[in-house]
Amino acid sequence: MLCGMLLAAAAAVFLASSTRAQQVDSAPAPVVVQPGAPGKPSRTLPPSTKGTLPPRSQADVEFMQGMIMHHSQAVEMTALITSHTENKDLRSLGARISSSQSDEIKFMQRWLAARGEPGSMEMAGMSDMDKSDHSSAPMAMALMPGMLTPEQMDALRKAKGTEFDRLFLIGMIQHHNGALIMVKDLFDNAGAGQDADLFDFATDADNTQRAEIKIMQTMLEKKPLEEKR
Amino acid sequence: MNRVSSVAFRVAVAAMILCSGMSRIQAQTPAPAPSAQVPAKAPEAQENPFAPQPAPPLPPGMTGSDVNDPRFKLTPGMYDAGEASMGMKHLLLLKKPDAFQLGATDPDDPKVAKTLGLLGMGGASKMPKELQIVIAQLAFANSDLAFQGNHLFQGNFYGVNIYDISNPAQAALLTSLVCPGGQGDVSVYKNLLFMSVEMPNGRLDCGAQGFPPEPPPPAGHEKERRLPVAQKDRFRGVRIFDISDIKNPKQVAAVQTCRGSHTHTLVVDPNDKDNVYIYVSGASFVRQAEELAGCSNEAPDKDPNTALFRIDVIKVPVAAPQDAKVVSSPRVFIDPRTGVLNSLSNGGSHDKDEMKPADTNHCHDITVYSAIGLAAGACSGNGILLDIKDPVHPKRVDAVNDPNYSYWHSASFSNDGTKVVFTDEWGGGLGARCRPNDPNKWGADAIFHLKDDKLTFASYYKLPAAQSDTENCVAHNGSLIPVPGRDIEAQAWYQGGVSIMDFTDAAHPFEIAYFDRGPIDPKMLVLGGDWSAYWYNGNIYASEIARGLDIFELTPSKFLTQNEIDAAKTVRVSELNVQNQQKIEWPAQLVVAKAYVDQLERSQALPAKQIADLRAAIKGAETSHMSKSKMAKLSGMATSLEASAATAKSPADSKRLQALADILKNPIA
Repeated sequence: MLCGMLLAAAAAVFLASSTRAQQVDSAPAPVVVQPGAPGKPSRTLPPSTKGTLPPRSQADVEFMQGMIMHHSQAVEMTALITSHTENKDLRSLGARISSSQSDEIKFMQRWLAARGEPGSMEMAGMSDMDKSDHSSAPMAMALMPGMLTPEQMDALRKAKGTEFDRLFLIGMIQHHNGALIMVKDLFDNAGAGQDADLFDFATDADNTQRAEIKIMQTMLEKKPLEEKR
Repeated sequence: MNRVSSVAFRVAVAAMILCSGMSRIQAQTPAPAPSAQVPAKAPEAQENPFAPQPAPPLPPGMTGSDVNDPRFKLTPGMYDAGEASMGMKHLLLLKKPDAFQLGATDPDDPKVAKTLGLLGMGGASKMPKELQIVIAQLAFANSDLAFQGNHLFQGNFYGVNIYDISNPAQAALLTSLVCPGGQGDVSVYKNLLFMSVEMPNGRLDCGAQGFPPEPPPPAGHEKERRLPVAQKDRFRGVRIFDISDIKNPKQVAAVQTCRGSHTHTLVVDPNDKDNVYIYVSGASFVRQAEELAGCSNEAPDKDPNTALFRIDVIKVPVAAPQDAKVVSSPRVFIDPRTGVLNSLSNGGSHDKDEMKPADTNHCHDITVYSAIGLAAGACSGNGILLDIKDPVHPKRVDAVNDPNYSYWHSASFSNDGTKVVFTDEWGGGLGARCRPNDPNKWGADAIFHLKDDKLTFASYYKLPAAQSDTENCVAHNGSLIPVPGRDIEAQAWYQGGVSIMDFTDAAHPFEIAYFDRGPIDPKMLVLGGDWSAYWYNGNIYASEIARGLDIFELTPSKFLTQNEIDAAKTVRVSELNVQNQQKIEWPAQLVVAKAYVDQLERSQALPAKQIADLRAAIKGAETSHMSKSKMAKLSGMATSLEASAATAKSPADSKRLQALADILKNPIA
């Protein structure tokens, strides 16, 4: 049923293009012009010209796949908060990080699904193997900048109270800085980040993580962490 | 629009992918019956990344929008959605031209036929290229509008479309200017068209090909980080086109900036006839110094020349636009006492799901009002007020934040400069933020009083009608409607449609007209809706992101009379760049007088008898073709109106009475 409705909607999109011509019956035909570089002449393109997209690079796909994995660790870290600390500021921060990173994971999954790309790198190379354990794929995780090592994660799991708070903040700052590196790497790549949705997402992720780093640094500087509210 | 983390995708077609994705899953799991696709039962439906997320419960003490409004449950559709309107009439939708839609959408195209054939058959592990129409939505999104004479310029992430609007009801496309790079914010001045570019696919030569991906690294070197590759042909900044030949615009300059141009604002210095200025708001990443010398994204304490925490000012010699260049980069967030560049901060955001920058490091959009020497900047974490009497060196004179604000997006002044309407683009414009459970103080307009260069909060205004969870909706761009005697703004709310608001009383804004369509799609949020809704010389034009260009006219209602509409139509401008706000002046015509009389009747500022006498006298003057005796009679009525103005119960009525008296003393035909 869902597919039927969606198909109908899709068909409407396709068919709509055929009704467009009638609007310009009485007017002179519009022109399609592509300017040249500054000072250079413009070119007139044929009326049949259709839009095209810049190439999608493998770096774009891997950025999204890598960031899903990267974000998943943040969600994993924040999941420890309720059982490991009573610090209300940290709990509030953790809830927000968890929520925004989960939201972004969903966005990235949509982006990849819409482009027929697998949700993670290790899945890309696999066929029908069991993928249920992908959250602990250590090989690929190690590739993502800023992600905590298994030893760091163990230490975080074993810590309680203020020591947990400290390790969490240090770890999450390291983690977020890794995300900034990933965004920088993406945009430092000549042919990457040209997809409009990816561009919007990466820009926003960069802004968000910078803000959170700033907040976490402020929290870390308060020793011991004070409880407000 | 600004960046967003949450979001929405894309059209019908994403649907197809979803369908093929389901088929694939079915192929891998013990074959479920077709009925297993019913979302409630299928476990994979819960994993569907396209399904809209339900709104969280309303925070305590907050109220949401009206679910009984006819706009809440309109039927969905791309071009056949249900519509609701009040006080305005839809004249025309001009669909987005083919050149601004991804190719291969023709149903006769064999590739499309093949794609359609693939649907539901399963097994397709990659989305067919034809289906990329869905994912290309933002890449071809319509954006802001500018106007000149009979021409309308509609920005798009892919270029600009120029329309002939000499007859608004039969507007027609003249020129599609292909030049990708997003967002395509546009301004026009004489023979010059300005356009913002911020994305990495922007090219100096307007090519749509972007830049080729780096080839894969050689075997064994996959993990090495390669050096960044600067591109000399990349363009991020403000383009300048010569539009002397409207059917053959030419690029005359392309001024590069470190963060590109998310939006820009045309600034015309009343004391400088030879140059115009462009304020550039760059909101995205700082590019490499290897690509544009001097660009740095360091923190301000590490690099005082950082490209963060500033705007850029481009000077454009009107006679030699090819010489346009950046002449200053004002530090509008500086603390003038300490010299700290990043002295402004958001001070906390309402949105528990996202954290906003502690430091305000960019403006999203700036509206200048040169007639009063001020600009209002909507700068991510703050609303700021700039003194722009020296346009190259704007100086911050006030800054505000607001506990209910998430992202300061845009601003407009009241005509008399005593109010500023800011907008909050909570969720970035791609999110559904007008759902019944979304608070009506979030993602809303915030109206501030402006006096002695100080902003003081007065009230919020949000689209009163609730919208569905598949409609991106939040406050967006609007312009004043020049109804004399009132402050009225037409405003776009993405898929919330167009809402027209009266904010004459800053503390009590209210809606006086609207137009809305149902969602593009009922099952997933497909990006669409109105980016801008602006009044220009008698009509309202709305830039619809996905569907095209909508043209409206106002119709009389209990909130707005025909005389008020006619009076608004007396105001004609030769150019309109909404963020370069111009002072509205009304001619001393009797139709303007009639609008004031209607308003004075509505507010009961004058007795019914006096209203009737005024109307009779005005009618007498009109039917006598302004005979001397009738004019004398009008003039004689002015004195008592001026006396009433002195004792009127509201400042608005006082101004109306005085303005009416002024016309009656010396009316023109």
